[in-house]
Amino acid sequence: MISFDLNGKQVSVDVPEDTPLLWVLRDELRLTGTKYGCGIAQCGACTVMLDGAAQRSCVTPVSSVEGSSVETIEGLSGREATAVQDAWTQIDVPQCGWCQSGQVMSATALLRDTPKPSDADIDAAMGGNVCRCATYVRIRKAIHDAADTLEG
Amino acid sequence: MNKTFSRRSFLTSSAGLVIGVTLPMKGRAQSGAEAAMGGNASPQGSGSFAPNAFVRIAPDDTVTVLIKHIEFGQGPYTGLSTLVAEELDADWSQMRAESAPFDNELYKNLAFGLQGTGGSTAIANSYTQMRRAGAAARAMLVEAAAAEWGVPAGEITVEKGVISHPGGQFSGFGAFAEAAAQLTPPEEPALKDPSAFTLIGTDVPKLDSRAKSTGEAVFSMDVYREGMETVVVAHPVKMGAKVASYDDSAAKEVPGVTAVRQIPQGIAVYAGSTAAAIKGRDALEIKWDESAAETRSSDQIYEAFSAAADQGGMDAEVIGEGAAPIEGAAQVIEAEFRFPYLAHAAMEPLDGVIEITQDGAEAWVGSQFPSLDVPTIAQTLGLDAANVKMNVMLAGGSFGRRAQDTAHFAAELAEVAKAAGGNGAWKLVYTREDDMTGGYYRPLTVHKMRAGLDDSGAIVGWENVVVNQSIMGGGPFAGMMQDGIDPTSIEGSTKMPYALANSRVGWVREESPVRVLWWRAVGHTHTAYATEVFLDMALEAAGKDPVQGRLDLLKDDAGRDRAVLEKVAKMAGWDGETVKGDKAYGVALHESFNSYTAQIAEVTDVDGMPRVTRVWCALDCGVAVNPNVIRAQIEGGVGFGLGSILFNELTLGEGGTVQERNFDTYRMLRIDEMPEVIVEIIDSAADPTGVGEPGTPPIGPAVANAWRALTGKTVTHLPFSRAKDA
Repeated sequence: MISFDLNGKQVSVDVPEDTPLLWVLRDELRLTGTKYGCGIAQCGACTVMLDGAAQRSCVTPVSSVEGSSVETIEGLSGREATAVQDAWTQIDVPQCGWCQSGQVMSATALLRDTPKPSDADIDAAMGGNVCRCATYVRIRKAIHDAADTLEG
Repeated sequence: MNKTFSRRSFLTSSAGLVIGVTLPMKGRAQSGAEAAMGGNASPQGSGSFAPNAFVRIAPDDTVTVLIKHIEFGQGPYTGLSTLVAEELDADWSQMRAESAPFDNELYKNLAFGLQGTGGSTAIANSYTQMRRAGAAARAMLVEAAAAEWGVPAGEITVEKGVISHPGGQFSGFGAFAEAAAQLTPPEEPALKDPSAFTLIGTDVPKLDSRAKSTGEAVFSMDVYREGMETVVVAHPVKMGAKVASYDDSAAKEVPGVTAVRQIPQGIAVYAGSTAAAIKGRDALEIKWDESAAETRSSDQIYEAFSAAADQGGMDAEVIGEGAAPIEGAAQVIEAEFRFPYLAHAAMEPLDGVIEITQDGAEAWVGSQFPSLDVPTIAQTLGLDAANVKMNVMLAGGSFGRRAQDTAHFAAELAEVAKAAGGNGAWKLVYTREDDMTGGYYRPLTVHKMRAGLDDSGAIVGWENVVVNQSIMGGGPFAGMMQDGIDPTSIEGSTKMPYALANSRVGWVREESPVRVLWWRAVGHTHTAYATEVFLDMALEAAGKDPVQGRLDLLKDDAGRDRAVLEKVAKMAGWDGETVKGDKAYGVALHESFNSYTAQIAEVTDVDGMPRVTRVWCALDCGVAVNPNVIRAQIEGGVGFGLGSILFNELTLGEGGTVQERNFDTYRMLRIDEMPEVIVEIIDSAADPTGVGEPGTPPIGPAVANAWRALTGKTVTHLPFSRAKDA
């Protein structure tokens, strides 16, 4: 059994230790907001917060999160998260939507660390999140908008 | 409940051709994709009003539009709902969207006669149909209110979801839903004059943005059924190979793996979880029969196609004396353009769920052609199509990948169920590697081009010989071939807007076991590049300005091309200087899917690769139903096209093995590489045309032309990264 804190609640799963956290979240715990895109940490669709830091769950063995705290899009909360999701909705960032949970996670992580990010900060924090619909122009704007909201 | 009030008028308004595929009759009664948007049930309980196949009005005043086109980011949930809301005079806040069930008669695409999405037709083919659906509902609500209030219907007005009479009576829609449901729908409901539009032409918020920002949106991979197993399939490593023999003993030892079965598509591993299925597949030992496989490398295919181009091919278009005047021209320019196979690489790889019960089959798939997928599932399982229920789910992108004329994914999903036998539920998941290495690529293409110029620099002859595989030949869309020529192979190289007195476009059809498919903007992705870069070369040889030279060449009847080109030149402040300091500017003009697009790209040289900082785009797509969605499609289309010309090729290596298997080698455009995109939409009252695809073709040639101006190098073999590496 592997136990960890998931969105504020203790959970235990009985799966092989090398099972990627992504598939544990989806197949075992049925939290489907975290998406599969590549399986090799190249696209960011599977991004979750692990002990507060953005992490690619597709390459994270579940055994490595024993005792840790995992936050997924379903449990995402706080003023930065709210600002990000509101900004995302306000300017209609998503197209197909598949990558957007991961984008929202990475953007929230950025704003928690850097309340007023520059374009270079955004490039650095969001560079690992691929959007095949290329919604990048709006992702950038939404992050700036969210930062303005937090400041205001 | 469904009235067929205007089916006849729908049929007569159908402009496109009906293709000759055997289509099923309508499926069993269905209620649309379940909870596609996070749990909203269909408002079809007692007291609701369903005036036609598209509109449901509930007692709580919500209006749900059944959307006949799959939503994968291009915006039909919002766009088609806007068309209904406009004529219904609804308030946008009361609008909901839901995927329509499978019913080929009710929900067919009027552009091609089957239920399906493609060719950037969603708004174009629905424009009148959905407005009629809204207008009919409005008329019936008004009639019901008039009867209740005892006033003439003509005195009643409707605005923002409120029905009112000057006498003081007013009501929402829901209160009259039940009464309206008793009335006969009007045959020809009156439509608004476009000058009276209040929603069409405005940036109403997208209906799916919130659910897609919170993780609540439900895609097929998110569907879990009781007792469901997950299946991954070991597919051939070379295109066209088949399983010769296999050893599954190690795979069966993997914890969680429940079975290994051979299906026509490969070796299927069944497991209690995705992770176990993948691990089980990795443990398979398979010997492949490559006797029918493509064993040429991409380099060998290019050489074969290039040699074939010299045969000239079939005449796809001959104007004036064709290519003949090139011989003996004062100046002759030549170029050979080479375009690689490309994978669509949608963020959600192909996946789907199928459940078999005593009642038949139910599937959850991001099905782009339900009219092909449903009968394929039925046929594979030996069922009547009426006993196959298809839930068209939200899909994580497509770019053409889900528009499968072969219905190959639906077939594989059904084979997974068939091989297991009996009742149960199975989820078939393509890993990224399956998705990328499995074929169905943008066709590898060679354009061999020549032009002759006279002493004044005028183009006296033009020839473009295109060599590639046919997408439509041999499949259910073969009826759209014209005189043996597949328009999707050459579209954009013919019917150019320029007044060339003598020109010829030839096509050589090549064959390969590599399966090819439409990829966002299809033929235009390579024809726009070849024609607009080659034209730039010809204008340069004649000492002409890229913008003015194009304007001077445009035909008299190319007014819409002219307008977007003049507009984009103004937007970018084009002054004839193609290089300013470390920045260069390139232009391209291309019509696709009946929309007209001109783009100017601003490019710098960063370590031998173009860095595109700004792109100006002028677009004429007729009536702009939702300018915000249209701008988003152009932004995305530019990014999609830019990433592909810079970085992407799907390469067959020595012996025919695909080299790029995941995003580490098939690299996507990232946020720091995305240019600012400035879009202006031409005011128009013309019927709306496509926006999902037309943004993609011009970016490649616009960047290439800027790069030529900056470096003197013409990139003729894509992607750009290849030229840098060479």
